[in-house]
Amino acid sequence: MLYNEPSPLEVRILTRRFGLPNSQSIDTYLATDGYVGFRKALEMPPERIIEEVKISNLRGRGGAGFPAGLKWSFVPRESPKPKYIVVNADEGEPGTCKDRVLMENDPHQLLEGMLIAARAVGAETGYIYIRGEYRYIIEIMDRAIEEAYARGYLGRNILGTGMNFDVYTHTGAGSYECGEESALLESLEGKRGQPRIRPPFPAVSGAFGCPTVLNNVETFCAVPAILRDGGVAFAELGTPRNGGTRLFALSGHINRPGVYELPMGFNLLRMIEEVGGGIRGGRKLKAVIPGGSSCPVLKAEECDLAMDFDSVAKAGSMLGSGGVIVMDETTDIVKVAVRVMKFYQHESCGWCVPCREGTIWLRKILERLDQGRGRPGDIDLIEEISKNMLGRTFCPLGDAAAMPTISYVQKFREEFEARLPKPVAIEAEPLVVL
Amino acid sequence: MAGLVKLTIDGRSVEVPAGTLVINAAKTAGIEIPAFCYYEGLALQAACRMCLVEVEKAPKLLTACTLPVQEGMVVHTDSPKVAEARKAMLEFLLTNHPLDCPVCDKGGECELQDMTFRYGAGESRFLEQKVHVPEKQFSPLVYFDAPRCILCYRCVRICDEGLGVKALGVVNRGVSTEIGPNAGDHLECDECGMCIDICPVGALTSGRYRYRTRPWEMEHVGTICTHCADGCKTTLGVRNGAIIRANNRNRSGLNGEFLCIKGRFGFDFTEHPERLRSPLVREGDGFRAVSWAQAVALVARRFGEIRSRGGRFGVIGSNRTTNEENYYLQKFARRVLGTNNIDHPRTGDVAALVDALAGRPGAWATTADFYQTKAALVIASDLAQQHPLLAFQLRANWRHHGLRLYVVTPGPVREDQYSVRSLRAPEAESLAAAQTLAEELRREPELVVLFGDAVKGEAVRRLVEFGDSLGIPVKYVCLVDYSNSRGAADMGLLPDLLPGYRPAAEPGLALPEMLADPALEALWVVGANPLKDASLAAEAAFVVVQDLFLTETARRADVVLPAASLYEKSGTVTNVCGEVQRLAKALSIPGTKSDLEIFGMIARAMGAEIGPARPEKVFEEIRTSVAGYNVPLPVLATGGAAQAAPSGGRLPVKWRPELIRPARNTLFRSGSLGRYSKSLNIVIESPGELYRA
Amino acid sequence: MTFSRELEAKFEKLITRYPPGRQRAALIPMLLYAQDEVGAITQEVVEEISRRLRVTPLEIEEVVSYYSMLHKEPRGKYHFQVCTNISCMLLGGQELFEYLKGKLGIDNGGVTPDGLFSLEEVECIGACSWAPALQVNYDYHHFVTRDKLDRLIDDLRKVQ
Repeated sequence: MLYNEPSPLEVRILTRRFGLPNSQSIDTYLATDGYVGFRKALEMPPERIIEEVKISNLRGRGGAGFPAGLKWSFVPRESPKPKYIVVNADEGEPGTCKDRVLMENDPHQLLEGMLIAARAVGAETGYIYIRGEYRYIIEIMDRAIEEAYARGYLGRNILGTGMNFDVYTHTGAGSYECGEESALLESLEGKRGQPRIRPPFPAVSGAFGCPTVLNNVETFCAVPAILRDGGVAFAELGTPRNGGTRLFALSGHINRPGVYELPMGFNLLRMIEEVGGGIRGGRKLKAVIPGGSSCPVLKAEECDLAMDFDSVAKAGSMLGSGGVIVMDETTDIVKVAVRVMKFYQHESCGWCVPCREGTIWLRKILERLDQGRGRPGDIDLIEEISKNMLGRTFCPLGDAAAMPTISYVQKFREEFEARLPKPVAIEAEPLVVL
Repeated sequence: MAGLVKLTIDGRSVEVPAGTLVINAAKTAGIEIPAFCYYEGLALQAACRMCLVEVEKAPKLLTACTLPVQEGMVVHTDSPKVAEARKAMLEFLLTNHPLDCPVCDKGGECELQDMTFRYGAGESRFLEQKVHVPEKQFSPLVYFDAPRCILCYRCVRICDEGLGVKALGVVNRGVSTEIGPNAGDHLECDECGMCIDICPVGALTSGRYRYRTRPWEMEHVGTICTHCADGCKTTLGVRNGAIIRANNRNRSGLNGEFLCIKGRFGFDFTEHPERLRSPLVREGDGFRAVSWAQAVALVARRFGEIRSRGGRFGVIGSNRTTNEENYYLQKFARRVLGTNNIDHPRTGDVAALVDALAGRPGAWATTADFYQTKAALVIASDLAQQHPLLAFQLRANWRHHGLRLYVVTPGPVREDQYSVRSLRAPEAESLAAAQTLAEELRREPELVVLFGDAVKGEAVRRLVEFGDSLGIPVKYVCLVDYSNSRGAADMGLLPDLLPGYRPAAEPGLALPEMLADPALEALWVVGANPLKDASLAAEAAFVVVQDLFLTETARRADVVLPAASLYEKSGTVTNVCGEVQRLAKALSIPGTKSDLEIFGMIARAMGAEIGPARPEKVFEEIRTSVAGYNVPLPVLATGGAAQAAPSGGRLPVKWRPELIRPARNTLFRSGSLGRYSKSLNIVIESPGELYRA
Repeated sequence: MTFSRELEAKFEKLITRYPPGRQRAALIPMLLYAQDEVGAITQEVVEEISRRLRVTPLEIEEVVSYYSMLHKEPRGKYHFQVCTNISCMLLGGQELFEYLKGKLGIDNGGVTPDGLFSLEEVECIGACSWAPALQVNYDYHHFVTRDKLDRLIDDLRKVQ
C-alpha cells in the first residue's frame, strides 16, 4: 500500500489516512471524519460551496494550476443539459505517481470530493478516467464505489436529501495525451485521444457535449478537507494564491524517494535534503525537474526555491504535477534530453503539424548527437525547432516537449557540445533545393 | 440576423457579421490567410497551423480558422512573427514529405508546393532519414501515398460529412498517423473520388489519371456530365484528343466541386475499344463498314421510299442527346416523316407534373432549393445512388442549416442517417405512406418534394393535391434518370405532346406500341437501346440506329450510324430540375458525328427543309417556340444554369403510367452507356444495388 | 463470438454507464477487457464489438491503432513492460530492459517461442518514486534489480 516511509516534515491533510488499517474501507473513512465535508456541503447553497473552494486557493493539481473554484463557477447551472463530474486519473506525466497512492490508500476521499463538486454544480453522474495500467486501482475504486452505494452515499436520494449521483470508473488504454482534458473527454466517448478545439471549454461543453467539471484526482481529494475545515484553513497551509498542501513525488538520485505531502511553498532544497534524505552516495546535486518531465530543468543553483505555482514560474519553470526528479552530478543531460523527447515523440497524437513533425525531428537529431554523430549547428537547430513548436501547437503537448528541451540546451550547452565529434571531417552542406 | 462586427486586419477596417471566422473576414478584405486543413463547409480542425495570425493583446499566435471576430479586434496577418510561423509550419510539413515534386503526380497543382513558393524557406534544414511507408492502392480508382499526406483530414471530412459514407479514417498516431480505408486494406464506398480532388497534395491520387500527364499539358473543358439527370458540371482534362480526367475544382456549375464516380471517372467510354467509328450497313448476318455518304444516302433513299408509299415510321429518341437534337428529331419525324410515332424511354412522369402544376411555374424546385429549403420529402428514390448531387445538397443543407428531411422508400437509404422520419413502404404504396406524414409536414414552413418513378400518372396529381392540402409553400421535382431525360420530354419526344407540352392533334404510337406493331416499316432509334429487353414485332422493318456502340438494338439495325457522345458535341441539356445548361465540346472521335449533324445530313439527302442543323440556330428556335425555354443567353454563355419551368395550362392527355420505365441505375450503372465505362465496372462495389444503404 | 460469462456481465454493466445513444463510450474499456480475455484484438473481437456498439470496424481500427495498450497480435502469457522513462532511467531502467532482452532472448515487442514471455519498453507507468519499475501484465514491481528479475522469471516459469 505505501511504498515509502512517511516523512516527519509532512503536513498530512490528503494523506492523513495513509497507513491506517483498512484505509480503503468506508468504515475507516467514516471513523476518521469521512464524508463530513460532504454532509456540510449538503447544508450549503451550491454557490457557497464554490465560494469556499475559491477561498481555499486550491489550484488544479494536474499541472496547469488553474484555480479550481473558478473552474467550477464556469459551469452554467441553469443549463437544461445533464452535468458531469469527470476525474482525471490518467496520471502519465513522467515523474508523477501521486494520484495512484491517493486512490490506492483513500479511495473514499476522492468520491467525497466528487460528491461535493456534484452538489456544487448540480451533476448527477461522475466518471473517473483511470489510466489503463492502473488496473488494480480501478478495482479499488470500484469496491469503494460499491461500498458508497451500499451506505447511501451514492445512487438515488443520497442520505435522504433527494440528491442523485452515480459514479463509474472508466479505463484508459495507453495514451499520455489523454491527460489533456479535452483529449480525455474524447477518449471517454470512445474515440482517439485527440484534443478538442477550445472554446468551448469543458465547463460549458465537456463530456457528451454537456457542462462538465474536470479536475485531477488530487484536486478533488483536497475538497473534502476544504469543506470540513473551511477554505481559509486550507489556504493558510500554503502561500498566497497557492492554497493547501501538495503531494510531491520525489524520484531520481535521492536517498528516500517517495510521495510526500508538503505545504505549498516548501523549499525545494529542503525537500531534497530533509524529506528526500539528500543525494545518493553523497554526490552533488546537478539539476532538478520540478514538476514532471514537461517542466524546464532547474540547475542546482536555481533550487533554493519555494515550491508553489508562482515561485517556480518566476524561476522559469513550472510546478506542474509535482513530480520532482532529482539528478546528481553523474547525470548525462544529453541522455535525459533524448529520453524526454523520445517520450513526447511517442505520445504525440499526430493531430497538428508542429508537434507531430517537430518531436520526431528533434528526437532524431538528439539521438544522433547522443551517438556521437552530431553535426555543427545541431545544437542551435534543436533550440530553433523547439522554439518553432512553442506556442504554436494545438494542445500543450508541443510546449511540453519544446520547453524542457530548450532548457537542457540552454543550461547545459557544454554537455551537448562535448558530444559533437571533435575533428569535424566534412561540413554537411545544407540541402540547396527543396 | 446577426449584427455586424468591426475589426482591423492588416490596418484595414473590416465589417462582417458576428460569428464570422477571422480567416473569412480577411477574405472579404482581399487578404489571404493560408490554410490546408480549413475547408469551407467542413468541420474545423486547427491542425495544420498555417493560419496562425497575430492578434493584439493575445499572448500567442491564434488560428484564424477557429477564431470568431470580435469588436475592435486588431489582427496582423503579415507581421514578421506570422511570416516566421508560416515558414516554420512549412518546414515541418516538408520534413517527412518527399521532395520529388518533379515526378509527383500533383506537381503543378499542389497546394503545398504553392504555399512553399509563397511562404516557405528556400532551403531545408532537415538532414535526417524521412519516415517512409509504401504506397497503397485503396481501390482501382483511389491510391494513397502516406508520406505525401500532410494530414489535413479534408478527405476524411468530405467522405463523412459531405457524403455520409465515412470510408476514410485516421489510424495510428504521432508521426505514423495516416489515412486508413474502411475495409481493412481497401475502400468500400461510393468511389466518388471526392477525396482525391480535395487532397491538397499528391497523397490521394486517381487510378485513372495518375502519371499520365502534367496538369498544364491538358486543356480544361467544362461541360455537363452525360450520366444521371442532376446536371453536374464536369471539367474534362483533354490531351492529345483524349479525356484524361474529370473534376470540377473551379466549382463552376450547380454542383460546386461535387462529382460522383460517373462524373469523375465515367468518361472513359469515349475511348472504349468497341466504340463505333464508321457507319455500318447490314450484310447478311453481319455488317459492312461504309462511308458516311453511302450510309446517309441509303437511309435517305429508304426513308423516302417508305414515306412516299405512306409507310409507317417509328422514331425513338434519346434521353442523353441534346435539346437541339431532340427538338430537331421530333421536327424531322413530324414534318418530314409525317408521323407522331415518336417517343423516348421515359423514366419519370414529367408530363403529369406539368399538368398538375399548370399555371404555377414557381412550384418547380431548383438545385439551389435543396441546399436552402427548411424541409424536404423524398418519395421512392434511393437518392444517394440515383441522384448523388441532390443527396449531397440535402446533406449539406442538413449540416449547415438543419434541414428536416422526411423519407418514404421501399428500403433503407443513406438519408435515413439524418432524416427526422423514415418510412418504409412498397413503391406502389409510397404516396399513401407519405400522406400519413401530413400532420408533421403541415408544421414545416416550406417543403420540397422529390418523387421517383413510383409516383406517375394520376398519382402525380394526387401528390400535388396533398401538397396543396398542407397549407405551406411546396415545390416539386419529378426524378428522371438521365442527363437529358427532362429535355427529351420538354422537346416533345412524346407521341401525344409537342415541344413545350402542347398537345398533338393526333397522338402517335408510344415506344412499346411501335415495337409491337407488325406493320411498322421503319424504325429510327437515336441513342436508345429499346431492344435490350424487348423484341421488334415488325421483322421486315428498316431499322436505323445512331449510337456509340453496337448495342442490342444496333445489332438489329440495317444501318448503324456512329454517333458522338455528349462530351463530343455542343448544345444544351436540361437537368432533373429543368435547369438548362450549355455543353462544351471536349474532343472529337474520328469517324463519328453528332446526332444533329447526322439528322442534317439525312434531311439534306431527302431534300427536306427543316432548318439548319446547327446547335445555335436550333436553340434559337427552341427559345422562341418552346414554352419556358426563353432563358437568358448570357447565363448559359457564362456557364450558368437557367431554369426552364413549363408554364402552360392543363394537358388534355390520357395518363399511361405503364409507359414510365425506370432505369434503376445505381451509382455504378448508367444504362447501356455504363457498360462501356471501365471505371464503373472495375470497382468492387459494381454493379451495386438500390435500397441497401 | 462468445465471451466468458464474467466478461459478458461486465459488458452488460459497462454499456449502461453512459448516456442513452452514447454507448460508443464503452468502446475502449470493452476492447481492453476483451483483449485481456482473448489475448489480442482479433478480427472477431472487432466484428463483435462493432456489432454491439454500432461502431464501424474502421472506427475501431482508428482507436485500436491509437492506444498503446491495445494490440492486434497476441503477446506472451507474461508481458513484461519495462519503464525506461526518466525516473526509471536515472536508476537503471534502461539497463534492466537490456538485461531482460538478453535473458529472454527477445527484442522489444518480441514473444518467446514458448509464448510464455513478451517484452515491451514502455513509457512512464506511474511508479517513479519506486524506480526502477516494471509491470508484468497488470502487476507492478518496484525497486527492481537483476536479482529480483531473475527470481521473478524463475517463479513465473514454475507457476505455469
